[in-house]
Amino acid sequence: MAKMSKKLKQGLRRIGIAMVLFAVGMTLPENTIGSVVILLACYFWIGWDVLLGAFQNIRRGPKQIFDEKFLMMVASFGAIALDAYQEGVAVMLFYQVGEWFEDYAVNRSRHSISALMDIRPEYANVLRDGEVEEVDPYEVELGETIIVKPGERVPLDGVITKGTSLLDTSALTGESMPRTVEVGADIISGCINKTGVLEVRTTKRYEDSTVETILELVEDSSEKKARTEAFITRFARYYTPIVIICAALLAVLGPLVTGMPVSVWIYRALTFLVVSCPCALVLSVPLAFFGGIGGASRAGVLVKGGNYLEALAKTGVMVFDKTGTLTQGKFQVVANRPAESVAPEKLLEAAAYAEADSTHPIAAAIRHSWEKYGGAVDRNKIESIEEIAGHGIRAKVDGHEILVGNAALLRDYGRERIPVSGTDAAEQAASRGATGVFVAIDGQYTGFLAVADELKSDTVEAIAELRRQGVKKTVMLTGDTKRVGEQVARTIGIDAVYTDLLPADKVKKVEELLQQKSEKETLGYVGDGINDAPVLARADVGIAMGGLGSDAAIEAADIVLMTDEPHKLNDAIRIARKTMAIAWENIIFAIGVKVLIMIGGALGLLGLWFAVFGDVGVALLAILNSMRALSVNREALTKTEPHMATVS
Amino acid sequence: MHKVVRLLDLDCAHCAAKMQEEIGKLDGVNKVRVNFMGERMTLDCEDDKYDAIMKEAEKIIHGLEPDVTIKA
Repeated sequence: MAKMSKKLKQGLRRIGIAMVLFAVGMTLPENTIGSVVILLACYFWIGWDVLLGAFQNIRRGPKQIFDEKFLMMVASFGAIALDAYQEGVAVMLFYQVGEWFEDYAVNRSRHSISALMDIRPEYANVLRDGEVEEVDPYEVELGETIIVKPGERVPLDGVITKGTSLLDTSALTGESMPRTVEVGADIISGCINKTGVLEVRTTKRYEDSTVETILELVEDSSEKKARTEAFITRFARYYTPIVIICAALLAVLGPLVTGMPVSVWIYRALTFLVVSCPCALVLSVPLAFFGGIGGASRAGVLVKGGNYLEALAKTGVMVFDKTGTLTQGKFQVVANRPAESVAPEKLLEAAAYAEADSTHPIAAAIRHSWEKYGGAVDRNKIESIEEIAGHGIRAKVDGHEILVGNAALLRDYGRERIPVSGTDAAEQAASRGATGVFVAIDGQYTGFLAVADELKSDTVEAIAELRRQGVKKTVMLTGDTKRVGEQVARTIGIDAVYTDLLPADKVKKVEELLQQKSEKETLGYVGDGINDAPVLARADVGIAMGGLGSDAAIEAADIVLMTDEPHKLNDAIRIARKTMAIAWENIIFAIGVKVLIMIGGALGLLGLWFAVFGDVGVALLAILNSMRALSVNREALTKTEPHMATVS
Repeated sequence: MHKVVRLLDLDCAHCAAKMQEEIGKLDGVNKVRVNFMGERMTLDCEDDKYDAIMKEAEKIIHGLEPDVTIKA
């Protein structure tokens, strides 16, 4: 309660004094002059602004009359007119207590959210004419050099031109592990520079920088309302008039039908008026969504609207792009199996020379591996390179003939048939989704290399966790061949795989899958957001991975996972489900209690005391419940230990 | 013209929705959004009508919530 605004403090003092008066009034014998005077003093002390507001509304015309202030005035006046002073005063007093708590809750949520979103840089140190100037980030031009000192927040996106440091990206990604950055590395606004002084050349203006893009997204997210929210708004519009009409009917028809005194029925009708305000719902449901979205952004998951959170919670089918989403998206040599008496680097060198001109990703992986070994390709040694379609390459290097390709190449294209040994290992590699590359030098089998696009370290665990979370079907889409694709799918433990797909085919597949799934579930698509914008748009929920620094991904997706780790998807679903659960708990609880109180009130079983609880108590409990949605991130982050699993 | 106006001590979600609805109907307003959690109004309106709109908007806002402080 430390950071209470002046208004809240004043309210608290006012309520405190009212409570004392009320307690005194309650202890004095009921309906004696003393008691009545003190209770009425309490009433006007606590309720004068409500009464004033109600009268102002009456003056403003019939459309404005039926707000909560007016209803509270009628209910409390009614009770007092029936000599139920204590209850009449209680209605007003506890209404104000409820209002105070609502303000408090809203205030706290606002603070929590702004603390969560406290990534907005306040200034930038820009280098101009050799002098460092402190300016508003908005004033920094494209291509200017800014200085970021340790402990400062990076104000604009750019490239590092000087210095090395550790960067804390946790405010953006939810990852606590700092990243090492050096000259030439892209740097993203909103991160905190931990150790060294950095000079950064800006590549974006402030308004286009990551931090501003993210803040805008989160703040605009309340625009896109979940269906649950829209339902509550509609419900609230009808609820109040209906309850008021019921109250009027009760007061008029009750005495006529039962012959009981009018005052009994008016009292019962008053209970209706007290519970006629839908405040609990109108405030708590959007609050839950706002909290969920805020909590998610803290965990490195950007959600563009309550509607997407809602759709994500109902995911029944999750479709993944393979390359770059489930796998790392770059080919690597994962096994080097030379033939007997051949050195591994000899094998790699031969392959690298033969693949010197090829643009195939596998060739690039082999060359890269050779370079990592410290090797280089001396072009002068290459005499000829011939590509044999569908098989591989025949090259003449330094007087030697090198064959690099599949087993059939070695069998059919050598000077003589080259016996291929070690194919068992090659088979094994293939069965794990890797591609085997065979090498022969001068008709001698030299060995084979297995090249694969490795899975991300947490892919397998993330898919398993998805299933535990109740996602019924997981699907992988890939442009790979059937054999490789199916093997990878099996390794990951994915349910269905569609291979040999061109980018356009992916949209068609997703459309098919959308038709197959049941109405109640939604279909999510997870991709890198760069090549698959149409697919992201077509799915019920389009999720882009590795959004940090990629405007395309942030633009195209409904939900953005800031890092490229598949397990973040599980965090996102967990947060979405929790938020939905909170929203529905509130809806059912609030409506349930109010209906029970109305039934009890109409039958004369429950008095105004209960009605006051139904109004204020329910609103309070619902709001407190909603505030749980904010704390979502700590829980979500507990289960994110990555598990090792690779293809090779 | 694009203008962000702070609405401090905006306390009632229901009223915020009403403000948005009523201000949106004013002459010259292209689009208006009252963000309850963010305590601010984003107003997109015709330049020459801005002053008149703000005057009307103030009436609407204070009619619904007298305690709100408007900071343009």
